[in-house]
Amino acid sequence: MGLLKLLFKNAFRHKLRTFLTVLGITIAILAFGMLRTIVGAWYAGVEASSATRLVTRNSVSLVFFLPISYKEKIRQVPGVTEVGYSDWFGGVYIEEKNFFPNFATDAKTAIELFPEFLVPEDQKNAFMRDRKGVVVGRKTAQRFGWKIGDLVTLKGTIFPGNWEFVIRAIYHGAQKSTDETQFFFHWNYLNESLKKTAPYRADKVGWFLVGVKSPDVAADVAVEIDKLFKNSLAETITETEKAFQLSFISMTEAIVVVIQLVSIIVIIIIMAVMANTMAMTVRERTGEYAIMKTLGFGGWYIGGLILGESLVIAGTGSALGIGLTFPAAKAFGDSLSQYFPIFNVSRSTIYLEMAAGLIVAVVAAVFPIWRAIRLRIADGLRRIG
Amino acid sequence: MGDNRPIIVEIRNIFKSYTRGSQTVPVLEDITFDIMDGEFLALMGPSGSGKSTLLNLIAGIDKADSGTIKVGGIDITTLSETDLAGWRAINVGFIFQFYNLMPVLTAFENVELPLLLTGLSRRERKEHVDMALGAVSLSDRIDHYPSQLSGGQQQRVAIARAVVTDPTILVADEPTGDLDRRSAEEILDLMERLVHELGKTIIMVTHDPRAAGKAHIIKHLEKGILTDNGPAQAAI
Repeated sequence: MGLLKLLFKNAFRHKLRTFLTVLGITIAILAFGMLRTIVGAWYAGVEASSATRLVTRNSVSLVFFLPISYKEKIRQVPGVTEVGYSDWFGGVYIEEKNFFPNFATDAKTAIELFPEFLVPEDQKNAFMRDRKGVVVGRKTAQRFGWKIGDLVTLKGTIFPGNWEFVIRAIYHGAQKSTDETQFFFHWNYLNESLKKTAPYRADKVGWFLVGVKSPDVAADVAVEIDKLFKNSLAETITETEKAFQLSFISMTEAIVVVIQLVSIIVIIIIMAVMANTMAMTVRERTGEYAIMKTLGFGGWYIGGLILGESLVIAGTGSALGIGLTFPAAKAFGDSLSQYFPIFNVSRSTIYLEMAAGLIVAVVAAVFPIWRAIRLRIADGLRRIG
Repeated sequence: MGDNRPIIVEIRNIFKSYTRGSQTVPVLEDITFDIMDGEFLALMGPSGSGKSTLLNLIAGIDKADSGTIKVGGIDITTLSETDLAGWRAINVGFIFQFYNLMPVLTAFENVELPLLLTGLSRRERKEHVDMALGAVSLSDRIDHYPSQLSGGQQQRVAIARAVVTDPTILVADEPTGDLDRRSAEEILDLMERLVHELGKTIIMVTHDPRAAGKAHIIKHLEKGILTDNGPAQAAI
């Protein structure tokens, strides 16, 4: 028999108590992991943004448009490799709960500027040829059961009317962090219609997407673009795609902070529960620890046994919690994919869960270890009998 | 018992007191005596007379206020807590009134426990444990947990645990106090055998005159002072 066996036997001596503590830790670690994954999902767009893409929008607000004529001027700026443009279309499929991001976009450059959207060559060509063609992400296609060639009608919310599209391509993400819920179609299709129904809204775009040679020139290019339209009717603000995405996040930062706080509070609560379990355990075994000391086991030896027991209980709960995070995140992500298009458990979340489990185990064991080390044998023996 | 045996425990001018609130209560006062190698000594006295405290001091689990205790030539009053723990592992075997076995360990594992500190191999440990359990006639109970053994059997396991490291002295605190008459008799016979056959030195605290009758020497403590001592039969 090694002391490890004694450690494990002690850890599972009170089966119900250990089971309930392990269950509590499992739930806490799972909740912690899920909350951290939600925070990660919130920042998914930021994480997926490219350092070689800039976004140029109206300096007043995103709801104000920019003239399409800006495109050629922006293209002339040194360092610019490609210029695309987009409008937030805001259409819904059948009813409003069927939300997904949809854009009217410059088809050719959109595909070139987003190499992370993998589209088969034949589908890409079919999309380019069809005025009503649309490229849709794998997840959205799966969600509504759309296949290549399907006719899809979106109800316009910003641009009223029923808009018909034909699914010509389905893209897959190059990475796990790539958003696979987007839906984009030819801006010309929208613009031609607007020319007839609302001419004052025609030939305008929501923002320009600007490809640059390298991240090093991005800042200079942004300054140059904005300088071009200084004192015009529609002044611009150009920023990196990351900054553009962060500006959306900043609107909901308070929610993110609350979620992060709650995730920490969950760990603090389970730490208190675990500390109570360990304190009870050590108090009950005071006599046994005194006996071990009489046999020659030093205080630190016994401290090691207590820490080991705490690690076994917290480790079991944490391992179960971490293991359950993956299926729970998948189920959560699938059911709320319209709000969280990317809901992946990141490696850093797993490390944080492991660290949380370790901290719970160590902190819970500190006071009992201190008591066991200070325990006088004569006092401990008095507790027996 | 021949007088030519070496002194194994040498106790000189031991004082011990406890502090209760603002009061200092003397427990042992100027205790001086020797214990010979292979001797079976009984410490008797009323409750609170200091006999268990004296036993704890000899076993190195408590510290005297002053005086010296040498066991096998080592002055244990000068050892640090860590050194004392190491010293106890090698030199002292403990037998308690309530057996104090680990409830989650089998008889074999309980006896093996003190050997985990010795650096013996697994095979060597098994040999020692088998021998110790054989000596207390419990070879057929090695896989039993304490809850599956009678009080007498548990005490025999405790004795096997005490002797398995072949310690210099065995200390026993009321070893028969929780046993029926028959089991107590078996335990006392076993302890006698340890002294006669294996040459062990036993220091036993007891209230029971029958148990003390098995000892070679009986020492009486009264309010922390040694009142008399002498051969067991004469003392009883």
